[in-house]
Amino acid sequence: MKVNKLELTVGGFVLLGLAALLVLSLKIADSQFSGDGPSYTLYARFDNIGGLKPRSPVKVGGVVVGRVEKIELDSDDFVPVVTLKMFERYGYFPETSSASILTAGLLGEQYIGLNPGFIMEDIESLEAGATIEDTKSALVLEELIGKVLFSLTEK
Amino acid sequence: MIQAISQLGASCLANVAALGRASMMLAQALWFIPTRKLLRDIVRQLYVVGVLSLPIILVSGLFIGMVIAFQGYSILVDFGAETSLGPMVALSLLRELGPVVTALLFAGRAGSALTAEIGLMKTTEQLSSMEMMAVDPLRRVIAPRFWAGVIAMPLLASMFNLVGIWGGFLVGVEWLGVDDGSFWSIMGASIEFGQDIGNGLIKSVVFALAVTWVALFNGYDARPSARGISQATTRSVVYASLLVLGLDFILTALMFGS
Repeated sequence: MKVNKLELTVGGFVLLGLAALLVLSLKIADSQFSGDGPSYTLYARFDNIGGLKPRSPVKVGGVVVGRVEKIELDSDDFVPVVTLKMFERYGYFPETSSASILTAGLLGEQYIGLNPGFIMEDIESLEAGATIEDTKSALVLEELIGKVLFSLTEK
Repeated sequence: MIQAISQLGASCLANVAALGRASMMLAQALWFIPTRKLLRDIVRQLYVVGVLSLPIILVSGLFIGMVIAFQGYSILVDFGAETSLGPMVALSLLRELGPVVTALLFAGRAGSALTAEIGLMKTTEQLSSMEMMAVDPLRRVIAPRFWAGVIAMPLLASMFNLVGIWGGFLVGVEWLGVDDGSFWSIMGASIEFGQDIGNGLIKSVVFALAVTWVALFNGYDARPSARGISQATTRSVVYASLLVLGLDFILTALMFGS
């Protein structure tokens, strides 16, 4: 079969372009094609979410076990409610787990640090749709400074 | 005074009329069922606008990636954050520089050639003789070039990005000594497929539509003289570049604004 040189180069060009795109999405973007697998939803209520954003990670001991899906304000008592998408492959956490909003490094992004509680017989685990009761808010610098000033003037 | 106002009105009318002619041209060129012949013509035009643009795109991508790595390193190292060089190079290429610089180079390399080619076809009355032979020049000449441009640009932009990131890697890791592992892993962690790569692709498709449309219309609408062709070619590159930069601002505001 006679090969048309022009068609061959064009075919090579298109393949090269698609290959570049594939490498970009798989290698550079760390293959987020595969998604995070099946997940379930948890809710957490904080007094102050600081700089938390949707897609911020939820970490247990530094391992990402979920992501913040959305952040809303409860219109009844005006408390922020954070919806968490937890990956099912890490299983379910006990009811006594606590969530706190932490900062990666001094200036880094904020994330939710999940502290798993003890697993005992009479303690149930956090099923899909459950709310984490024990939460610690983000540290706000101004409030911290205010507390320090207050405690200094007390003396 | 009244003359000035009427001049303003005339230029407005002329611009609106040109926009209308351009839309009509595009609509007529694209509104028909594709045939095998069109596909063959698209392949031929892909060679002209795509394959032949490859050297300039790859070389400029490499150098732009290297330069970003240099400049980024000299700033980031002050904060001890030189490991963030990877995401910085990749994000600036994927989101902005890749689509925009590719479109500007494409306007200069391929757009100007398209304008000159079609302008000369018009000047030498090839287009009217095609009409005489009952061949629609819009379908035969404009349509394959338009599609070829729209197909070629996102591919070229992807290659630009990849070569640019590689250039940034060469300078950052091989030369300046940024840690190899953290360069790639932090880059991978901070780039999202939809947000960064997808939006970059959408941008380059939009730029491709704009640049090829401007180039084809300016050629098709050129005054049939040597001077007319030279004016049309200049106008094609200037308008296409301005349009790309303006559209880039609008798209960026829409995509990354909130």
